[in-house]
Amino acid sequence: MNGTVKYDLVIVGGGSAGLAAAVAAYDSGIRSILVLEKDKYLGGILLQCIHNGFGLHEFKEEMAGPEYAQRFIDQVKERGIECKTNAMVLDITPDRKVHYSSLEDGYVVVEAGAVICSTGCSERTRGAINIPGTRPSGILTAGLAQRYLNIEGYMVGKRVFILGSGDIGLIMARRMTLEGAKVLGVAELMPYSNGLNRNIVQCLHDYNIPLYLHHTVKEIIGKDHIEKVVICPVDDNLKFIEGQDMTFEVDTLLLSVGLLPNNPLLEKIGVRMHPKTKGPVVNEDLETSIPGIFACGNSLHVHDLVDFVSAEGRLAGKNAARFLNGGLGDDTAVIDIAPLNGIGYVLPSLTHLDSIDDTVLKFRVKQPYNNVYINIKVNGQSVKRLKKPYLLPAEMENIPLKGLELQAFAGDKMEMTVEVEES
Amino acid sequence: MYDIIIIGAGVIGATIARNLSRYDVKVLVLEKNSDVGDETSCANSAIVHSGYDPHPGTLKAELNMAGNRMFAKECEELDVELKNIGSLTVATNKEEEDMLDKLYVDGMTNGAPIEIISAERLREMEPFVTKKATKAIWAPTAGIVNPFELVVALMENAMDNGVELKLEEKVTGIAKDGDVFKVETEKGAYQAGVVINCAGVNSGVINNYINEKKELIRPRKGEYYVLDHFPAPYVTHTLFSVPSSKGKGVLVSPTTHGNYLIGPSSEFVESEDDKGTDGTTLDNVIKEAYRLVDEIPMQYVIREFSGLRAYHDSGDFVINSPVPGFINMLGIQSPGLASSPAIGEKAIGMVRDVIELREKKDWNPRRRPLYRVNTLPVEERQALIATNPDFGQMVCRCEQVTKGEVIDCIHRNCGARTVKGVKKRVRPGFGKCQGGFCEPLIMKILCDELGKQPVDVNYSNRGSYILKEKTKGEK
Ligand SMILES: Cc1cc2nc3c(=O)[nH]c(=O)nc-3n(C[C@H](O)[C@H](O)[C@H](O)COP(=O)(O)OP(=O)(O)OC[C@H]3O[C@@H](n4cnc5c(N)ncnc54)[C@H](O)[C@@H]3O)c2cc1C
Ligand SMILES: Cc1cc2nc3c(=O)[nH]c(=O)nc-3n(C[C@H](O)[C@H](O)[C@H](O)COP(=O)(O)OP(=O)(O)OC[C@H]3O[C@@H](n4cnc5c(N)ncnc54)[C@H](O)[C@@H]3O)c2cc1C
Repeated sequence: MNGTVKYDLVIVGGGSAGLAAAVAAYDSGIRSILVLEKDKYLGGILLQCIHNGFGLHEFKEEMAGPEYAQRFIDQVKERGIECKTNAMVLDITPDRKVHYSSLEDGYVVVEAGAVICSTGCSERTRGAINIPGTRPSGILTAGLAQRYLNIEGYMVGKRVFILGSGDIGLIMARRMTLEGAKVLGVAELMPYSNGLNRNIVQCLHDYNIPLYLHHTVKEIIGKDHIEKVVICPVDDNLKFIEGQDMTFEVDTLLLSVGLLPNNPLLEKIGVRMHPKTKGPVVNEDLETSIPGIFACGNSLHVHDLVDFVSAEGRLAGKNAARFLNGGLGDDTAVIDIAPLNGIGYVLPSLTHLDSIDDTVLKFRVKQPYNNVYINIKVNGQSVKRLKKPYLLPAEMENIPLKGLELQAFAGDKMEMTVEVEES
Repeated sequence: MYDIIIIGAGVIGATIARNLSRYDVKVLVLEKNSDVGDETSCANSAIVHSGYDPHPGTLKAELNMAGNRMFAKECEELDVELKNIGSLTVATNKEEEDMLDKLYVDGMTNGAPIEIISAERLREMEPFVTKKATKAIWAPTAGIVNPFELVVALMENAMDNGVELKLEEKVTGIAKDGDVFKVETEKGAYQAGVVINCAGVNSGVINNYINEKKELIRPRKGEYYVLDHFPAPYVTHTLFSVPSSKGKGVLVSPTTHGNYLIGPSSEFVESEDDKGTDGTTLDNVIKEAYRLVDEIPMQYVIREFSGLRAYHDSGDFVINSPVPGFINMLGIQSPGLASSPAIGEKAIGMVRDVIELREKKDWNPRRRPLYRVNTLPVEERQALIATNPDFGQMVCRCEQVTKGEVIDCIHRNCGARTVKGVKKRVRPGFGKCQGGFCEPLIMKILCDELGKQPVDVNYSNRGSYILKEKTKGEK
């Protein structure tokens, strides 16, 4: 199949976001769709998430990751949407040529009417956080250990310490315990956990695994394979507190220290990137700074729940269809959106006056809060204020702007801000 | 019985092995690790220094100058990545300018083609240099090399020409009986008429097995940050700072793959196994790097590492033959890599003093080129895939490596046996995900090609297993 081919829509990445986007684009009338997935199977990261907790919003039932993914794979198959696996996209050009390479097709250039980039995220590694000490084997990201265990059927070790309280680490603490490993503890640099509360309870407390908040790794010991890890508490400036080292004999250190949107293809062609999310900057249609290239899912920003990923994928699919059917028509007044006090980031980065009803603000707070208000302002004037009993950095917040009346501001330059207001 | 035994397969041992492979002699290389080039030769700045800065009259000056001139041919023959990007040694104040002038005089004495350039010219050539820069030495003949590829290619070519390599053979003693050396390892003993000690930081220990005059080689550690490649423009030359009262200085340099190195630090350590990094040292490295550039995009840091310099008190390379037939390569610290072709040539001369070296007729200086699929134009790439679909199957997302290339690097002479071995040869695992995505795929290919079980695949040396046990079925 070497050569050049044409599709209306090419979707890069066949995980939850990409599959939902494909279905939505099809249901909006697009027939010429190609989904390209680098792995052997469709479904993305969900295939290794064999725990349950997926689908409560989307299907009103609780299911395991692969089960949830299968629902979308079935929807894609029912519609006869063309999907290629073992097909890695290597380049997307600004004029929407998608280069991919695969075992079956060789190297192919696809001319696409629109492109949706849903390439997921990658895990932060040891190098990215500068863990001191030697470099033996046995130090790996929790997601990689999860893949070895749940997909390949291998345990990476039997005496495990976990750095970082991200959800994957918490899930793996339980998973490895059930598989016969001794999980000695989880250390988290911050004074609060970065994982969902339900995971702290169900994966650590239920198995008596200690969580050391405000602690981190001070030293790695081991020549060929890791032998010991030294954990130490930190002060408010995140500096080690002397004399309080704890040494654990381990054969594994798992890292669950954050996820980063994976967008090398977009960065390469100069798509504007968001300094906080590390994903592209998008408007309310999820269109990036290059027209006709859309982004959704974990490559746009890291989500906590797959249900929201699916919803975001659908939005991208629908808007890519609108783009293909004659344009998005976003020509009313622009509203820039920015985070203020207490908010880490907010998406989208901009919307338009007549799209307010369809705009959903997604954001994360920088630190935990109790009993506060989220205040949304336009040009400094409050337009929406919501009480929140608690807010956690681990959880993404969604606030639909449906029904917001902003006509009064039309004509001015509009800036919308989102902030936490402590009572 | 061998004619020559080389102890250690770093860049020095591998270069000497390749040089000897031109001659009709039986050569054995003994290496303690599971792969060649896993010590200092894979943990350095990778600069082919121009030769301007060693003290005139030293062996370092002589061999660096000569080595630099030989590098391009060697890399061309062996298909090793080399980029002649030039280096800039940057002064930012009067004290440093004075130092720079001294360095310039030394450089001229050494015969290096260098030039002093103004701040203005400097900024034109290198827009990312610090605004504080006042003057610089430009050394246009300096370059950067892919040191991982270099050692592998040297040894592969040596083996193509008949040299024997034994891995996981740690030398534990040497005795001489008449004209014959008996080299003992943890596994056995080998005999030869000539022994060449290329054991890097362990070369003192090896010397002490056989030489009455004991030598001390002290490991001196250098720690680095590695930045990922990124699309925005950044530093395009190797930038050195001038040693001054502010510190000895570090470098900021691109690598042959468009990554960037920042470092190294310099401190003596107790053990030759101490290859850790630590936060305070690296903070210091960054502080020093700000003498060279005003911006360091730390969000692109993907790794830290350290390498050990083999420091000898003379401060120079020490190349001698204290016992007839026993040749020492001691204290080969920087610019050891840049000097390696010349060191190799010098070694041949020393061997020739002991045994006759007759040239082989069929010596082939070239190694079969790598595929380097991601650099091929579309049509060539498609044509290659048509011959073998494995070149269409991608295994590494960050560095865009194909399955075909991984298989090829396993089946060459001096082929990859470990995950790190594959990484050093064709790059999967060097990128942002640091193997998070490709490692299981690489493991599988290693198992399929070598007939191993996943639990038996190591990251690098024996003991560095990746998987502990199978969850289901037999253990
Ligand atoms: C380990 C883990 C545990 C989680 N646990 C839960 C949970 O308990 N409950 C819950 O609701 N949510 C959970 N989530 C969140 C949710 O599952 C994910 O956010 C969601 O699956 C992400 O979908 P995605 O499509 O954006 O990314 P992915 O599923 O990662 O899909 C991206 C796809 O793109 C492909 N790809 C990437 N680059 C290329 C390329 N160049 N060419 C072709 N294909 C490419 C990848 O192979 C992948 O299949 C978890 C997430 C993770 C990572
Ligand atoms: C921080 C740092 C930065 C540097 N930067 C540069 C630079 O930019 N440019 C430059 O030109 N040079 C540089 N150098 C110097 C250069 O890296 C070295 O000079 C060169 O790699 C030395 O090669 P080698 O073969 O002597 O040593 P090594 O690569 O250490 O090889 C020695 C080999 O001997 C083996 N061995 C040891 N003991 C035994 C035993 N008992 N039995 C069997 N095998 C044994 C080891 O396993 C190893 O493989 C740098 C060095 C450091 C540390």
